[in-house]
Parts: sequence; C-alpha cells; structure tokens
Amino acid sequence: MADTARRGALAGRRPSSALLGVVPFFVYVTVFLLVPTLVVVVGAFIATGPGGQGGLSLANVRALAEPAVTSALWHSLILSAVTAVAGAVIGAFLAYAVSTARPDGVLRRFTTSLCGVLAQFGGVALAFAFLATFGATGYLTKLLASTGLDDTGGLWLYEWNKGLMLVYLYFQIPLMLIVFLPAVEGLRPQWREAAETLGGSTWLYWRKVAAPILFPSFVGALLLLFTNAFSAYATAAALVSQGSPLLPLAIGGTLNSEVILGQENVGKAMALLMVVVVAAVMTLYAAIDRRASRWLAR
Amino acid sequence: MSGIRATRRRRQSVLRWVVVTLCMLFFAAPLAGMLDFTTKDAQGNRTGATWAKLVDVQGVSRDYPDLAAGFTASVGLAVLTVVVMLVLLVPTMTWVRLRLPGLSRTVEFLCLLPLTVPAIVLVVGLTPVYSWVTYFLGESTIWLGFAYVILVLPYAYRSLDVGLRAIDVKTLSEAGRSLGAGWGTVMVRVVLPNLRTAVLSAAFLAVALTLGEFTIANLFSRTNLQVAMFFLGKSDAQVSVAVGLASLVFAFLVLFALSFVGGRSPSRKETS
Repeated sequence: MADTARRGALAGRRPSSALLGVVPFFVYVTVFLLVPTLVVVVGAFIATGPGGQGGLSLANVRALAEPAVTSALWHSLILSAVTAVAGAVIGAFLAYAVSTARPDGVLRRFTTSLCGVLAQFGGVALAFAFLATFGATGYLTKLLASTGLDDTGGLWLYEWNKGLMLVYLYFQIPLMLIVFLPAVEGLRPQWREAAETLGGSTWLYWRKVAAPILFPSFVGALLLLFTNAFSAYATAAALVSQGSPLLPLAIGGTLNSEVILGQENVGKAMALLMVVVVAAVMTLYAAIDRRASRWLAR
Repeated sequence: MSGIRATRRRRQSVLRWVVVTLCMLFFAAPLAGMLDFTTKDAQGNRTGATWAKLVDVQGVSRDYPDLAAGFTASVGLAVLTVVVMLVLLVPTMTWVRLRLPGLSRTVEFLCLLPLTVPAIVLVVGLTPVYSWVTYFLGESTIWLGFAYVILVLPYAYRSLDVGLRAIDVKTLSEAGRSLGAGWGTVMVRVVLPNLRTAVLSAAFLAVALTLGEFTIANLFSRTNLQVAMFFLGKSDAQVSVAVGLASLVFAFLVLFALSFVGGRSPSRKETS
C-alpha cells in the first residue's frame, strides 16, 4: 500500500529524473542495434541504380528468387535442421546420462565446463581442428585410408552436406547439453517413485510422465539449435573457401569485393530474409519456452 | 523395491558411461588432431618445436607481428566489452527494477532482440554506423567492442537477471540510501558485490564471445585474434592451430575452475 503510494508520488513528482537513468542504455541500443536493424530493413527495399540514385523498389526482394540465393537458403535450412535434430537427440541422451551422475561430482563439472567451451568453439579454430583430423593430411584420414575404408583423401569435409554437418554437430551437441540439462534435472525422483508405487514400468514412466514433461523443453532447445546453426558464419567461412553454399556466406560475399554494381542492397534483402526466418523460429521458441518453464519452477 | 532401484542405478551408470564415453570420443577426436598436427615436423617425427615457439613471447611478437597484434587487440576488446556491458546493464537493470518497473518488458525485449539478429546481419546494418565511429574515434580495432556488447547483450541480460532475482534490490538500496549513500555508492558497493556470481558469469560469457569473434572483425577487415589465426593458418598453420588449441584449453580451465566457485556459494548461503 505504502509502496504503491510512494511509487505514484515519485512518478508524479519527478518522472524525468527517473527516466534519465535509463537514457544511456536506450541511446546505446538505438545506435548499435536498432539503427543497424533499420538499415537492413529499409535498405532491402531501396534499389541502387548504376548511378547510385536510390528509390523504393522490390528489385532486391525479387533478386532473392535467383537460383543462387534460393539454393543457399535451401542448403542453410537443411544443414540447420539436420544438425539441430541430430544434435538435439544426441545432446539429450548426453544430458540425461550426465544428470544421473552426482550433482557436484567431477564428471558433471567436467562435462558441463567442456560443453560450455565447445558450444562457443565455432569459427576458425574449429575448422582447423577438423582439417587436422579429417583433412587431406589429417590423422584419421590416414588411418581410414590405411584400412581402406575411405580413399577420397578427406575431400568430403568441404561439402556442406557432409563435412559441414559433422563440424556443426561439434558445437550443436554441447549447446544441447547446456540448454537441456536444467530440464532433465527438473525431473523429480518422486515422480518416478510415484509411477513405480502405482505399478508402472520404466517404459510407462518415460512414455506417460517424463516424455510429456520434457517434450516442450526438447522442442524449445531444438529450435534454439536451429537458429544457432542457421546464423553461424565463422566456421563455414573458415572451412569453405570457394563459392557460397550457405546463406550467411552469400551475405558475407556481398560485403566483400564480389559485389556487382547496383546489387549492394541485395545483401540487405538476404539479411532481412535471415532475420525473418530466425525471428519466426524464435517467436515459436518463446511460446514453447513459456510452457516448458511451468515444470521448471523450483 | 530396493532391489529394483539398485538394478536401475546399475543400469543407469552403465548407460551413463557408454553415452559419456562415446560423446567424449567425438569431442576428443578433433582436439587430438590439433595436438597431433602441432607436434609433427616435416618428416612426420614428433617435435615440440611449435609449442616452444609459442611459449617464447618475444619470439612470437617478432616473428608473428599480426598474431601478437591480434591477441593484444582481442584482450583490449574483451576488457572494453566487459566494462561497457557492465556499466550499461547493471545500473539500467537495477534502476528499472527500482523506479521504472513499467519499462522492464521493453528492456528485456531489447536485450533479447540480438538473438534474432545474427552477427552476419548486424555487420550489414552496422556498416554505416561504423563509418561514423571511424570518423569520430579513428580506425582502431578496439571500437568493435561496441558491436560485441550487442552480441553479448542477451546472455549477459539473462545471467544478470537471475542474479537480480535472487536478491532484494529494493531493500538493499533503500538501506544504503537511508544510511546516506548516493546512487553511485549503492551501485558499486551494495548492488555489485551482491551480484558477484552473476557478474562473473556474464563477464566470462563476454570474454569467451569476444575472444572467439570472427565474423564482424573479418568483414570489417580488422585484425583480432581469430582473424590473425585465420590468415596465419594459410602461411604457418602449425602455430595457428597451436594458438587455437591453447585458447580452448585455457577457456576450459577457467570455466572448470569457475564451476567450483559457483557451486560453493549456494551452500555457503545455506549454512550462514
């Protein structure tokens, strides 16, 4: 009561001084986040002619229908979906396995710390690690060649639907562990005991109790993994040196020297396309996350 | 009943070791590849020459000036990012909690917005902004930190939010204020120490992200650690891979050590 009265008095007396406190944050976010976003959104609809003059137009958006862009988008979607599903399934198993260990045991700490690092390990070093392992002179390539299993010399590593998928899994599985472990830890032993007391088997417990509780978290984590793979640039850029098989690489290409005159803003249209895809997935994620967190309140 | 439970526990521990071992093998394979690659000479014999080169700090800055410059730039970027992130977020989030609760959803939305704007998209939009930054502040790599703060925003917001939820900011700040402290003193000497764990994990995330950032630096043609490693990989791959492995091991050790610090504080709270 007194609290609301005081807040009302404060708001009535000096609203401007309270608002002053958040001005730096809003200015910063406007300059470095909102303005760039607007540049992309507006730029996508402005055509630059050969002379540099601009005007509202759908030319850039229409350019998205070109086969180079659609195939890049398609590859990105497939790569993200496959690595998200595979990473989520494997990561979920790993998370469950780790959750059965002692909470402050070394195994748990070791695995979560390792996964915390590996989930952020995308980029140049990751590409090099796989080159040193599966590349032309990598030790596993030599091993496989000496046993006669693989004699392609590791060329598959550079293909988006083989090597890149394996490389992406290397940060997807750890990310899944980080995201999904709290949900698995939320499964209380009492629920299992209750199911057992009522005569349920392990299978019944997993099907009727654990799976429905974990499902929203699982789908949410899956979506997070999808956006993670979809927006990744560094790893692919460091591994793929020719062509732009993925959408982020295609956008990066428009920023480099390869720009055709009058096409500068096609990159912005592609960037907008990316934001639309990611925003749609994240909206779905937010809705699912709200539902999933119902069981996680402790 | 206890028999069933013992069987289950045994089965769980078998499953645990099988799954963890398989995943660890997958995680270890490329790391072993890096180690193998950096300890081989041209004839394929084992040698520690690459690592010896890396330990010799003066030698590195003499023979690989780009790598040294990239490393210095990345350390500077990490410091700038952490400082700007904390100065921006901690007071704002505390202030919104205390005085402007109506704005909390807006702040949350803005902080989580970068999740939907991938770094590569941010680069496209930041080009005009950075031409102004270059105009006012010069072309130093360190100003990329402003963009990195945006990349860290969602993760930092989440961990600080968890920290703020756990303490009673209102009572703490009112106690401080009624004892005669100004808002600055309250922030630095009351709120910040109570958020220690949250600030630490937010700072760690910021450092990890900054040291691993490649996209923005590469596309703006600035040299940070990752960009230097990328170009060094084309001329002297062994040193480059060694730097990658060393930074990974270092990050893991920091996180592993932090997991013991973070795990101890709740139990300390319980006993006190």
